[in-house]
Amino acid sequence: MTAHLPVLQVVLPLMAAPLCVVIRQLTLVRLFSLVVTGTAFLISATLLYQVNTAGPISYAIGNWPAPYGIEYRIDLLNAVLLFIISLIGFLVLIYSKNSIAREITQNRLYLFHSLYLLCMTGLLGMVITGDVFNLFVFLEITALSSYALIAMGGGRLGNPQALYAAFRYLILGTLGGTFYIIGVGLMYMMTGALNMADLARLLPSVFDTTTIQAALGFLVVGITLKMALFPLHMWQAAAYARAPSTVSSFLAATATKVAVYVQLRMIFTVFGQIPLFRDTPLDEILIVLALSSMIIGSLSAVYQKDMRRMLAFSSLAQIGYIVLGIGLNNATALSASIVHLFNHALMKSALFMALGAVFMSTHSVKRGAMRGLGRNMPITMAAFVVAGLSLIGVPLTSGFISKWLLVQGALESGMWPVALMILVSSLLSIIYIWKVVEAAYFKKPKRALPKARDPGPTMWVPMWILAAASIWFGVDAGTTVGIANKVAETLLGGVPQ
Amino acid sequence: MSTDLLEQVSGHFNYWMAVILMMVGLYVVLSRHNLIKKLVGLNIFQTSVFILYVSMGKIHGGIAPIYVEGVTEQPVFSNPVPHVLMLTAIVVGIATTALGLSLVVLIKKTFNTIEEDEIQASLDKKRRKP
Repeated sequence: MTAHLPVLQVVLPLMAAPLCVVIRQLTLVRLFSLVVTGTAFLISATLLYQVNTAGPISYAIGNWPAPYGIEYRIDLLNAVLLFIISLIGFLVLIYSKNSIAREITQNRLYLFHSLYLLCMTGLLGMVITGDVFNLFVFLEITALSSYALIAMGGGRLGNPQALYAAFRYLILGTLGGTFYIIGVGLMYMMTGALNMADLARLLPSVFDTTTIQAALGFLVVGITLKMALFPLHMWQAAAYARAPSTVSSFLAATATKVAVYVQLRMIFTVFGQIPLFRDTPLDEILIVLALSSMIIGSLSAVYQKDMRRMLAFSSLAQIGYIVLGIGLNNATALSASIVHLFNHALMKSALFMALGAVFMSTHSVKRGAMRGLGRNMPITMAAFVVAGLSLIGVPLTSGFISKWLLVQGALESGMWPVALMILVSSLLSIIYIWKVVEAAYFKKPKRALPKARDPGPTMWVPMWILAAASIWFGVDAGTTVGIANKVAETLLGGVPQ
Repeated sequence: MSTDLLEQVSGHFNYWMAVILMMVGLYVVLSRHNLIKKLVGLNIFQTSVFILYVSMGKIHGGIAPIYVEGVTEQPVFSNPVPHVLMLTAIVVGIATTALGLSLVVLIKKTFNTIEEDEIQASLDKKRRKP
């Protein structure tokens, strides 16, 4: 049984998704999908434990051996990603009950669960697979289900803008996905391989051809679009701001992180035998784009009145930090990226959950509507502040650990202006988080908010688990940093210098 | 020079067509304001990738890789894998188009238009009077 855990991780939610449509009865569907995501979480925890103690796992789908069949390959990096996705997936689903009941039309709620499980399948599949084309299939499963999920925000309480946001995301997301398969096709043309390990072996001998260099270009652009790095981030703010709160809490924490993972895989595994950062200007490109994302994301966040848009722009900045760590090309910076991948998923999900609770009681996520909420909704706003502090990177929160490592990494590469930019972007994040704190705690509401009240425990418990986790991993950073260091060493270890 | 170019074009005819379609598709997606036209452009863009893949599987004189009993000479087979990959990609393309079109139907119902600039204008108007 344990030998088949890798495939069960993906197949379980995949099979459960259509079953939700068959069951239809809402209470049963909810219970069923909770059991499925809970099991997926347990599987990912087991896999993480196994990989951490016994090394990478390789699983041949249908018993077809690796270069011909599809291989699922789990090393420490994707085990961590699987853990994040299924943890957030499980917690957000617990949270979703009351929130989606308010934001999505009643008779479509069972479809929401089906789409949610499909989206999770796609994300888990993208991470677990060792085959570049299989990755594309899962990428499209994720993308198609998330377009539909975002469009669901056009329901009762939501606004019609969700439809337009979903459409724009569909156009850009499909362009990104298609760029990715063009890249895969060009690689296949020269090597005849689709397996990542196989490609890694075959690519160095043909890397001086324009075909492979074009392939690298297509791959990087396609993936960059998916992870919403500047200047390809335009779809993100609208999509996250208009989607149902539950959907933004899930996607903001996982979807862009998985795209970052794919970027890491391409650079360090598929092209791992080629010193890309020495032979191509990829590192300069990544650093410039990352720095622009950090500054432009944080600056835009400061000027947003809609708090979900603010968080979406702050995500742009945070993805900037993560990509910066990749571009700096040293072990400290890379492990900072990986730690931040984990930490940011936790805090961003908690922040979106808090806004979802605010939206439920005030029907708005404008900053003006949050005046005086500190008194009416103490539990929710406290979670927002804790996660917000972590976003800023205050000591004793997890955000501090990743930024500290990142600054160290920048200094290690001798790039002190980059370290300075990290500080500037962090200062900007103090401004936009402070504006919310000021509205919630130090301003009187325009009119009385008798109805605004903290949500029930199904909503605040998952919110606080994530908020508390971002404190926990700030105080006890040994585990996360230890794992991230190991991952960074393995990723960099293969690259010839 | 001109004969060189001619040879290159005729020798890589499929690839040239794929690239031309790709650029046409991308241009349509980026330049049109009509949502249906955008989807058509997206389709052209995706189709160009199908041609790219299928062309790379073809070998001169290659036939379909089917084993025939009694034939002793070893024939040249075309590579079937890109075709199979493209079957998957076609399914993805259809799903994307279907989803896109249904979104357009819903957008038409809510905004009463499928022109991007008009949708944007109505959104801006809404934003100004809260």
